[in-house]
Amino acid sequence: MVEKVRVRATLNGEPVDFLVAPYVSLLDTLRDELGLTGTKEGCNDGNCGACTVNLDGRVVDSCCVLGAEIDGSTVETIEGMAEPGQLHPLQQSFLEEAALQCGICTPGFLMSAKALLDKEPHPSEERIRFWLAGNLCRCTGYDKIVKAVQKVAK
Amino acid sequence: MHPFKYVRATSVDEAIAALAKHGERARPLAGGTDALIMARAGRWELDALVDIKHIPETNILELGSSEFRLGAAVPCYRVYEDEQISAVFPGLVDSASIIGGIQIQSRAGLGGNLCNASPSGDGICSLIVHNTTCVIAGPGGTREVAVEDFCTGPGRSVIGDGEFLVEMKMPTPQKGFGAAYQRFTPRNEMDIAVAGVASSVQLDGDTIVSARVALSAVGPTPILSSAGDQLAGKEATAENISAAAQTASGDASPITDMRGTAEQRTHLVGVLARRTLERAVERARENN
Repeated sequence: MVEKVRVRATLNGEPVDFLVAPYVSLLDTLRDELGLTGTKEGCNDGNCGACTVNLDGRVVDSCCVLGAEIDGSTVETIEGMAEPGQLHPLQQSFLEEAALQCGICTPGFLMSAKALLDKEPHPSEERIRFWLAGNLCRCTGYDKIVKAVQKVAK
Repeated sequence: MHPFKYVRATSVDEAIAALAKHGERARPLAGGTDALIMARAGRWELDALVDIKHIPETNILELGSSEFRLGAAVPCYRVYEDEQISAVFPGLVDSASIIGGIQIQSRAGLGGNLCNASPSGDGICSLIVHNTTCVIAGPGGTREVAVEDFCTGPGRSVIGDGEFLVEMKMPTPQKGFGAAYQRFTPRNEMDIAVAGVASSVQLDGDTIVSARVALSAVGPTPILSSAGDQLAGKEATAENISAAAQTASGDASPITDMRGTAEQRTHLVGVLARRTLERAVERARENN
């Protein structure tokens, strides 16, 4: 039996203090231990980006991070993207541009797109497409997603 | 998945002790983009993952006048977002900017790419053509291994039980040095090389003083081709570059698998060797 480890971190601006088994991914930690199910599991092996979260200012695949690794770190998930009851401009744009169908990839795309626009407010279409290459969508064909991001980037 | 412990090491000695304690049932953890997948898939049965990215030595990123030190846990983005380093090492940037997508590059580094020892690792050939030396720490002390001798088979390396890669050192490029890496993939990004080639040249005027050409995804390990030696002392002409590219193609020993046939890969190596040598020469001339 492997003992759980204590983790103290900042999650969506709030301090969190919890126990987690050391072999559990950050993705499963968020969903199963902390009840934040907005972050989705797609491939669970670092290919699809559905589980994208922001860890210490960089977007990462949370399936490729251990929950135990975030001790002392700052994590932002889709739940922290906008104030309660409000939408972030990217979320609004995704709705208006119909940039989703099944929605499983959407939180990951939003987290990645937000990280890009926070860093570079006016990226080119090519830059958007390359930046979002680590996020897969099997519904939209990507054009609507890119357009939704471009609309906010203008 | 076998339940494993997580050990956050904050010094080289602490990491060695934790790794040595569990022998082959422990592995170092840096970016985790390979290690966690291998553990989860049951390919590795582990008792412990030893996090080495909180050790100062594995985070070093230091460009000196004669030597560049690249810590084993430095993620790809720190290489290409550093203006000074990316200007001096465009050949390393070629690799660091195509390993996975942006999420992977936030965590994965050239050190982990090397330790994963995949024949198709996009970073390994670039490290080879930059004459990299690997600094490995273990219970018996620290040893240095030339990067072309690091990989011993698919997923296998010279790293023994209790050891881990601490940093990589390479000569700081001087006037007349240029390097480049290119791969062939069906997609533009987020893909694994069907074949890849890195080349570097050291020019003196139009003469190639020395050159290195390394091949990925065309053998059980990345291959240091004899094409570089063939160019030493020759003029950087299209004919000499084409002849060296032919040699590189001959040094490939690919297999046929789902990514491509042996014949296609052999052909690709010739094309990519020519293109990367041309690019390396171009960069060497810009760096004069």
